[in-house]
Amino acid sequence: MAKNLFNKVWDLHKVTTLDSGQDQLFIGLHLIHEVTSPQAFQMIRERGLTVLYPDRTFATVDHIVPTADQARPFTDPLAEEMMQAIERNTAEYGIEFFGLNTDYQGIVHIIGPELGITQPGMTIACGDSHTSTHGAFGAIAFGIGTSQIRDVLATQCMAISRPRVRRIEVTGTLARGVYAKDIILKIIADLGVNGGLGHAYEYNGDTIHNLSMEGRMTICNMSIEGGARVGYVNPDQQTFDYLEGRPYAPRGDAFAEAVEFWKSIGSGPDAEYDDTFHLDANALEPMVTWGINPGQAIKISDHTPAVSSLKPEHREVAQKAYAHMDFAEGDPIKGKKINVAFLGSCTNARISDLREAAAIVKGKHVHRDVNAFVVPGSKQVARQAEDEGLAEVFVEAGFQWRGAGCSMCLAMNPDKLQGREICASSSNRNFVGRQGSPTGRTLLMSPAMVAAAAVSGEVVDVREFARQPVSV
Amino acid sequence: MIQTESTGPAVSTLSGRGIPVRGNDIDTDQIIPARYMKVVTFEGLGQYAFYDVRFNEDGTQKPHPFNDPKYTGAGILLVNRNFGCGSSREHAPQALQKAGIKAVVGESFAEIFAGNCTAMGVPAVTLSADDMQEVIGGVEQDPQTEITLDLKSNTLTVGCKSYPFSLPPAYRNSLIAGTWDSTSVLLDNLEQIHLTAARLPYVDGFAQGA
Ligand code: SF4
Repeated sequence: MAKNLFNKVWDLHKVTTLDSGQDQLFIGLHLIHEVTSPQAFQMIRERGLTVLYPDRTFATVDHIVPTADQARPFTDPLAEEMMQAIERNTAEYGIEFFGLNTDYQGIVHIIGPELGITQPGMTIACGDSHTSTHGAFGAIAFGIGTSQIRDVLATQCMAISRPRVRRIEVTGTLARGVYAKDIILKIIADLGVNGGLGHAYEYNGDTIHNLSMEGRMTICNMSIEGGARVGYVNPDQQTFDYLEGRPYAPRGDAFAEAVEFWKSIGSGPDAEYDDTFHLDANALEPMVTWGINPGQAIKISDHTPAVSSLKPEHREVAQKAYAHMDFAEGDPIKGKKINVAFLGSCTNARISDLREAAAIVKGKHVHRDVNAFVVPGSKQVARQAEDEGLAEVFVEAGFQWRGAGCSMCLAMNPDKLQGREICASSSNRNFVGRQGSPTGRTLLMSPAMVAAAAVSGEVVDVREFARQPVSV
Repeated sequence: MIQTESTGPAVSTLSGRGIPVRGNDIDTDQIIPARYMKVVTFEGLGQYAFYDVRFNEDGTQKPHPFNDPKYTGAGILLVNRNFGCGSSREHAPQALQKAGIKAVVGESFAEIFAGNCTAMGVPAVTLSADDMQEVIGGVEQDPQTEITLDLKSNTLTVGCKSYPFSLPPAYRNSLIAGTWDSTSVLLDNLEQIHLTAARLPYVDGFAQGA
């Protein structure tokens, strides 16, 4: 029985089996940010413990940073206090910290890969559920809570039970205007928001391997929206090419050595899985959510579903969704008016996302009823977008161009929806209140769809939109 | 096998009254809105549990079990399917615990949420959908009903009726042994931790091959 990547990496990192029956798993890379770590540092301090592997720990700030005015002290004293806590904790324990005064600050799941810190074959943990993003490189990456952050700080290990592994095979060619985001929204719509419970998802098939590393990250990122804590893609030549030359990737002979190791950990052709799900990419259309969880997504050409047509267990949530969204059953999703367009988040704020969106908005203007903004995922993405002239395209089209952070993905910072506003968003969650207003509404879609909605003032089909390549 | 020394109070039976919060897919943003996570400790989070579903924007109360005096002092939260989905924030179970919740009983839980509960010594156990329906209905009718969770026998007793529940064996073992706070359990194997690190080629930057 040939092992898949998940089990190879797990076995390599298994320290021992604990009395409880869980495995003790060594964590090769621990990423921390300002929101979920301060209590963990407090706990290790209270117990007289220390950080066991500070060199395998990296920190940044993303959730609370204002994206407009980043002058210190922050206007919000609570945000300032959190900022000071992470500065103090990383300094005290000798942890490398990508703060606002460095070139590398950004959303934790964007900077790990772009700095080459995230690598195939690693186990990765971070106090954030979208840690699954790093699986795009063939790493096993877990979102963890604060007590587990304490464990990883103090022991570089987690106590965890081995999940099952589901192979998600995506085959076929994506039509123009259909993106990685649409693949993962479709998978979640088909398998349900808790369909992945107890599973790691291996995304495989020619469609997945033809995606850029950015596209693979978008897919792995939203594994958690489908209930799977872990999602990954087997590393291939594109993975190695992406990593080569990145600041924290191995160099020279060490890089060649690394590639040998990275090749050895992939799932071979006869690897076994607990089950398999197949998705035909040829049939995909742009997807848009109409409700209050990411599974409530439909094709752009579809109408919102009749509650009575849904499985019984989905009806109650659908009713809540209709009440919150103020949509009627059977409404076309196309043509829904929007007030805000948000291009950002760890799902879709990478350079390729901004290029796609810029190609849509170039030479056009944001609709007069829409407040649109772009929040690059990291300082490096921001700089590259500025160098390529993308920032200028956005600004000329009437978008606000902001500094890197989580921004309106979760609104723990000044960027928030107001009242009942409807937002076309490239982020990952449409939960009630997620974007900062308890009555605000979120429509999840690809960055290109957000861009098209921003200029149209309503949800449109990006496939009907002319694109203007933005030349550098 | 040598039993690891306990690191927290053993949790084997728990009793109290129930508080039902009906609904599937109740996410962590509902359990605690992100704006209340701008804190560097977990103290005081209890008042923000379910904040946006309990209060209107002007601060007046909405109908919600956590506002209902008949459930005051209840310690056993009763929920439906996929409770705690969404973010990994431990602030969610912390807010519930600070609001007096000692155990959660539901049809199913998001994985990270259940793990976070266990790591805090709060059992998160599952019943079948039909049993859950019956338990919630019974408690709504008589909020004074006494509920007991017995982790050793995997039984939930509600009034005079018993229901079998499920709890992953590893969680059950660590709660009963009082080793749910895993830091010291993991640190017991310090030597093996270093040995594991030493066999991972990336830990020293692939230097061996250079
Ligand atoms: S961008 Fe959103 S989902 Fe990603 S880490 Fe930030 S808050 Fe979480």
